[in-house]
Amino acid sequence: MEPILTAVIPVVIIGIICAAVLVIASKLMAVKEDERFPVIRECLPGANCGACGFAGCDGYAKALCENSNTPTNLCVPGADAVSRQLSEILGVEFADVIEQVAVVHCNGDCSKTQDKVEYHGMESCAAAKLMYGGKGSCTYGCLGLGDCAAACPQDAICIENGIAHVDPRKCIGCGICTKTCPNKLISLVADVEKVVVTCSNKDKGALTRKVCSNGCIGCKKCERVCPMGAIKVTDNVAVIDYEKCTDCTDFGVCAKNCTTGCIVITELSGKHRIKQDN
Amino acid sequence: MIKLIIILLSAVFINNYVLSRFLGICPFLGVSKKLDSATGMSLAVIFVMLIATAVTWPIQMYLLNPNGLGYLQTIVFILVIAALVQLVEIVLKRYVPSLHKSLGVYLPLITTNCAVLGVTILNIDEGYTFVEAMVNSLGSGLGFFLAMVMFSGVRSTIEGSDIPKSFQGLPITLIAASITSLSFLGFGGVIENLFA
Repeated sequence: MEPILTAVIPVVIIGIICAAVLVIASKLMAVKEDERFPVIRECLPGANCGACGFAGCDGYAKALCENSNTPTNLCVPGADAVSRQLSEILGVEFADVIEQVAVVHCNGDCSKTQDKVEYHGMESCAAAKLMYGGKGSCTYGCLGLGDCAAACPQDAICIENGIAHVDPRKCIGCGICTKTCPNKLISLVADVEKVVVTCSNKDKGALTRKVCSNGCIGCKKCERVCPMGAIKVTDNVAVIDYEKCTDCTDFGVCAKNCTTGCIVITELSGKHRIKQDN
Repeated sequence: MIKLIIILLSAVFINNYVLSRFLGICPFLGVSKKLDSATGMSLAVIFVMLIATAVTWPIQMYLLNPNGLGYLQTIVFILVIAALVQLVEIVLKRYVPSLHKSLGVYLPLITTNCAVLGVTILNIDEGYTFVEAMVNSLGSGLGFFLAMVMFSGVRSTIEGSDIPKSFQGLPITLIAASITSLSFLGFGGVIENLFA
């Protein structure tokens, strides 16, 4: 016999035997899948964003099937509609989803800060960050090369005047951008909030002042004026504790009193809320 | 009996698959971040190494060698091990769901791992009998387990320490791995003389 045949035939035969055994085994020993699984999976948006904390939509659907304690309101992109469907299928009480919107904690656009070098490298924030912390004079701020915009599944982020802007009307709150930003500038904020800090510079006030006119200098004025005690300057940058920042008696006082204007009043109620109101 | 003990101990310490032979580096670096995933992975490796040897040794000795097909060893072993692990996964899923859950994703992950293939091929190359081959596989699996558990400890220490920026991440992990493997060099020559 041809030597090639003596080599190929045994391997093919072994392969066929293995395949046959596997087919028989998988037929005989098939484990019954929970019949609710495909129904639940169908409800979920299928973005596989991981905002629920499980490995993709399949993971969340599986957890819902297997563990009755899994909350039905974890799907942020799907919002209340999905939560309602899920609670109907599983026969549990409807739980409101806290809709979230991504917020960029930097407002140092071209008019407020300057480039320290001319950057001609790869058009990616992660690459630019490796070169002495990016081209801007502030190494904490937005690099403006749009890694977040490229990662956004909804095209909700655009780069304007050198910094990223999130359009809350398009943002589904999946949080993918928060993981891509090399400076960790983007965070998810509940879409009912009205004030945000738009700076992340952790340098001392004088240094911050030098590089950006929008930067938080850590003067703690906001700490003093906040009637709810919700603002705290940590690492030379103001941080709002949104759990305390509710029913403010003197709304917007922090933004009005901010020395550099890095605390701003914004409208975050986006996609989800608009859909609900209609 | 003494020969079996020597095979077992030298597979664990002297010819440690990860740290001396440098096989199975991918799971060694990839899954050693946390202790529980490192243990899960190693248990799956021990399990697969044992069943792979139990199947491939007879195939080599009774099927390939008598027909002069010894040169098909590598491809046949890959084929058989891959099919076998799939089969074991199906069986476990049906009859031992708890074990299937704890081995979880690691079982299919190591289907084509070089450490598993390496064990089965080296068993043949060393001319071991069936029992010796099984003992060698057990030792190799235990050696993998030891390396994984040790290294997950090293890595958790690294995580909490202040590392120069240029060494953060993979570089420091590789350096730590090489220092860990240096420590295993010290076992050379110890085991043979234990029973002398």
